[in-house]
Amino acid sequence: MTEELIIAGFGGQGVLSMGKILAYSGVMEDKEVSWMPSYGPEQRGGTSNVTVIISDERICSPIISKYDTAIVLNQQSLDKFESTVKPGGLLIYDPNGITHEPTRKDINIYKIAATEKAQEMGISKVFNMVVLGGFLKLKPIVGSEFIHKGLEKSLPARHHNLIPQNEEAIEIGKGLIEAVHTL
Amino acid sequence: MAKELKLMKGNEAIARAMIASGTDGYFGYPITPQSEVMETLMAEKPWETTGMVVLQAESELASINMVYGGAATGKKVATSSSSPGISLMQEGLTYLAGAEIPCVIMNAMRGGPGLGTIQPAQSDYFQSVKGGGHGDYQLYTIAPSSVQEMYDFVFDAWDIAFKYRNPVLILTDGAIGQCMEKCYTRDYIPRWTEEERRKNAPWGTWGKPATRSHNIITSLELESSRQEVFNQKLQAKYREMEEKEVRFEALNCEDADYIFVAYGTSARICMKSMELARAKGLKVGLLRLITLYPFPKKQIAEFAKKVKGMLCVEMSAGQMIEDVKLAANCSIPIEHYGRFGGIIPSPEEVLEAMEKEIIK
Repeated sequence: MTEELIIAGFGGQGVLSMGKILAYSGVMEDKEVSWMPSYGPEQRGGTSNVTVIISDERICSPIISKYDTAIVLNQQSLDKFESTVKPGGLLIYDPNGITHEPTRKDINIYKIAATEKAQEMGISKVFNMVVLGGFLKLKPIVGSEFIHKGLEKSLPARHHNLIPQNEEAIEIGKGLIEAVHTL
Repeated sequence: MAKELKLMKGNEAIARAMIASGTDGYFGYPITPQSEVMETLMAEKPWETTGMVVLQAESELASINMVYGGAATGKKVATSSSSPGISLMQEGLTYLAGAEIPCVIMNAMRGGPGLGTIQPAQSDYFQSVKGGGHGDYQLYTIAPSSVQEMYDFVFDAWDIAFKYRNPVLILTDGAIGQCMEKCYTRDYIPRWTEEERRKNAPWGTWGKPATRSHNIITSLELESSRQEVFNQKLQAKYREMEEKEVRFEALNCEDADYIFVAYGTSARICMKSMELARAKGLKVGLLRLITLYPFPKKQIAEFAKKVKGMLCVEMSAGQMIEDVKLAANCSIPIEHYGRFGGIIPSPEEVLEAMEKEIIK
């Protein structure tokens, strides 16, 4: 099993930390992982993305141009990464702020209204975990016990009291994801 | 600091390995894409645990000369920077090589020339293995291609540096510096005691006992005949390194008709290109260079007898290819494929280049 995914959105949406939690969960399940952020002259409100690879085998390149899954959290990222999903792959987007919907017919497309849900429930800090839950519902590439361990490893100890809230958000995400176009 | 499995950035791995390998001092000046080296050291505060000194110097010139001063006493002293900063250090590096001072320098290459970009590149190959500074000298140059190697090579660097009394350059780039991967850390090797240092660095300027004359650290010799003898000694040392310390990894080369030659980040890209090629039924292998100096001349000459062509893949306009062609004596088709200025080639375009330029 090798899953090559990109998570992209605005800086501050928790894109990098979502990738880190997923990668750490993979480590806990004894898989090979890589986490490659976009780095540059970044600024708040700018775009941010991270490539995460989780595999049972040695990972070749941590930098790739085609993905099994793209999780996009704003219009710019959708525009940039829709075409990079491998045929038959998966695209997940949050419809918040999206004016042009994805158009490809050769991939599976799902949406998750995580921004809206997180605001409604007053849990905007764990918005990214809602999205992660949606992804894990479709592709359970790491077990939930390992996600728990991944959270423990990637969050500083002073934030460990927030782990139940994060896990709850993952569960909410699992129920929130809906199909837009499936093969 | 016991053995542990962690997810960390390449830059963090360099810093943690410095502490764990018993490094005595780090002098540096921040520059993207390797600022996490000093950030990690500052966060870990090794001066409170191992006694390692960590100091932000006022410039790269100051850093490398602090390395010179510290390392001349036989202490394990290191620095790190990125291309423009490494250019500033060249004077210090040739002095260190000329005075035969062991030390470790890490260069996280970024796109140049000049201030360039902060994105990854491999365009400092010539600077690293062909001098950079003036004079006939060599830096032992080792190129990690994973976070684990970033960690492990710091330990190896100290062994080589003291074995040969020579500066060691860990040549990497922003991609491996910024990427997080699994890394197995090692048990802490205690910093040398005063007695150990005197034993391991008998040449050091750590004080003159009555039993011997002064130890002199210098790269100055005004008498040409003596300078020539010294240079011959340096060259003999380099020949010994070339004989004994070459490192590389050959992947899928046993049955290969064509091979990629690459190091560092490019080698990781080529691993993927090789996988894509194999899926298409093309017998493609990868020769991943680990040491760039000493260069695996003999091994490349051997491979040149077995394969039909080689594609050198490098994030530069074509630097390493010169050494590959020399080693292979241009006996087979050898071409370069590269992107530069901070652009990382995709595995697909690298394979396409192999098919178009070499396989045909």
